[in-house]
Amino acid sequence: MTPRFITRSLFFFMTLLLIEQFLNGLQIGLLLFLLAAGLTLVFGIMDLVNLAHGSLYMMGAFFAATLTEWTGSFLLGALLALPATALLGIVVEVIALRNLYTRDHLDHVLATFGLILFFNELARILFGVGGMAIPLPDSLLTHFEVLPGLPYPTYRFLIIVVGLLCAVFLYVLVQKTRLGMLIRAGATNREMVGALGIDIKLLFTLVFGLGAALAALAGLMAAPITTVQIGMGDNILILALVVIVIGGIGSIRGAFIAAVMIGLVDTMGRAFLPNMLGTVLSPADAGTVAEALSSMLIYILMSGVLVLRPAGLFPAPGR
Amino acid sequence: MSSLLRLKSPITTIAGSILLVLLGLVPVFAMLLDDPFMLTLFTRIVIMAIAAVSLNLILGYGGMVSFGHAAYIGVGGYAIGILAHHGITEAWIQWPVALIGSALVALLIGLLSLRTKGIFFIMLTLALAQLVYYLGNGAYAYGGDDGLTILQRTDFGGLLDLNDKETLYYLCWVLLVIVLWLTYRVVNSRFGMVLQGAKSNDRRMATLGFPVFRYRLTAFVISGTICGLAGILTATYTDFISPAMMHWTRSGDLIVMVVLGGMGSLFGPLFGAVTFLMLEEILSSWTEYWKIVFGPILLLVVLFARGGIDGAMVRGAAGYALTGLITLFLIYVVHYLWYDDWIPAAVVLAGAAAAILAIWYRQRREAVAIASAGGDHA
Repeated sequence: MTPRFITRSLFFFMTLLLIEQFLNGLQIGLLLFLLAAGLTLVFGIMDLVNLAHGSLYMMGAFFAATLTEWTGSFLLGALLALPATALLGIVVEVIALRNLYTRDHLDHVLATFGLILFFNELARILFGVGGMAIPLPDSLLTHFEVLPGLPYPTYRFLIIVVGLLCAVFLYVLVQKTRLGMLIRAGATNREMVGALGIDIKLLFTLVFGLGAALAALAGLMAAPITTVQIGMGDNILILALVVIVIGGIGSIRGAFIAAVMIGLVDTMGRAFLPNMLGTVLSPADAGTVAEALSSMLIYILMSGVLVLRPAGLFPAPGR
Repeated sequence: MSSLLRLKSPITTIAGSILLVLLGLVPVFAMLLDDPFMLTLFTRIVIMAIAAVSLNLILGYGGMVSFGHAAYIGVGGYAIGILAHHGITEAWIQWPVALIGSALVALLIGLLSLRTKGIFFIMLTLALAQLVYYLGNGAYAYGGDDGLTILQRTDFGGLLDLNDKETLYYLCWVLLVIVLWLTYRVVNSRFGMVLQGAKSNDRRMATLGFPVFRYRLTAFVISGTICGLAGILTATYTDFISPAMMHWTRSGDLIVMVVLGGMGSLFGPLFGAVTFLMLEEILSSWTEYWKIVFGPILLLVVLFARGGIDGAMVRGAAGYALTGLITLFLIYVVHYLWYDDWIPAAVVLAGAAAAILAIWYRQRREAVAIASAGGDHA
């Protein structure tokens, strides 16, 4: 074996590792995108800061877990959980949030903070403290070769596909349909859209329902990898907020780019920092520090973007 | 309504003073009822009140919605914990280090976040506080996310013995009074006027020649330092530090306390902290799932009772609010006599619901009155 061969194969393995971590990052980023897309839609159009979006994510996952248990099929459970969560979102919008649109952001933060408390306890009462797991069907438990020599779990790949499909769906919906035209117009000037005879209330309720369904999709897709538990939406909500702020509030394209960016930063940090830190720290300590550091990287990224571009990367027009 | 008017409305000042005196008498109540837990609870209440007062300085008077105030509680607490971990327990080292540390962190966060406005300011303070939170998580030498137990409390020489619960309580109470007095002085100074002027219209203040950014930054640092003080006290009375004390939901709790009590009112955050934590205590003794009741209460307050407790008092619903607050306190005492009984909790809930409905009804009537008055002018 020549040294050249060794460096070459080392390079080859590093590349494979890099691709695998890239896929992981993409997958986390796309999950984040699903969550952030609903948030940024609601934020952009109704100017509503909805902290309870994380609760819809959690409720979606719980609905999917319960329905999967009842029907015995993950696909059926997932398909039923989406309208269920959308309905829940619509109920919340009609009862509580509709009256808040004209208020300032502080009121939004407070009221939806109250909703988080409510939903966390509701989930604890309905589904128990222990959390739930969503078992995957055997067909999704396999691996398949993305590239020769690089097997990748089918389910994680499915998340990437679903995430990309959703991105395309949202692009077409927002850019090519009449509803999307109204959504864009509403984001720019909602009074004018109302004055033109569009039922703004109904539009807002529908958009909120759509956002809730997207949150549920993110929750139930994430659930088989993690577990369904109380408060699962609390921390990822903050990440989703970071995504929409980096991307520019109201911008789906911005949310997509920012979400993938954050997914990659987080995954790469978690994957490669422990080794780098391992040279100076013990493995356990390196793990702790690396996890904290890669979480911090995200917030450093956000602070940097906001200091340089206070309205985010792709500020929606008219805001 | 200007915040000055609120400050000078006698009803709030009277209610606030009564509440302060009642809080000062808590150790006596605790002794009479032979209930040491009461003192622990109220130590927490007084400490959180200090934190809420500090947030009110920038949120209520300055219009800066900081969603990351728990970070300074963390910095103050970690300074005490880390120094104690290394065997340094002297107060004259611990306290200045903790306070200066909080001030420096507030300066950094303020420098970055005050460049933005509105929702971006909220998000940036949140993100920077998350940075501090993860810093605590990664501090593996000091327990990482498990936290760190403080083995020896701060040593004030022969002056104060913090191991004595009553001494610690009175220290917190005296500090609360000092912080309230300080806030009163700051708000009514020229500095405070500029701060409030910038809240209502910062462009106007800038045109008048005031460097608004610097004024805001100064207020931000003062607020962060006072909140750091609350962190010092938290670490002292729990003998424990962990990243959980600066989780973002803690920052949310602080905002809730300020808004519940009434923003931009001197005693507002005090009412808010007492109400929040006592509701928590009473509801959680009533049901394990107390947040399912508390969440909707919060929503109702936001929807129907803007201006919080203080606003209700000033608007003339004073009867409801004042009696509500003092009844809450008395009911709490009574609640201990009927330990484990659900009646007091039910009374409080019914009372809270009635008060909110009453305030809402009153606002409706006022709104109608204003609308019809406006019609006459037109």
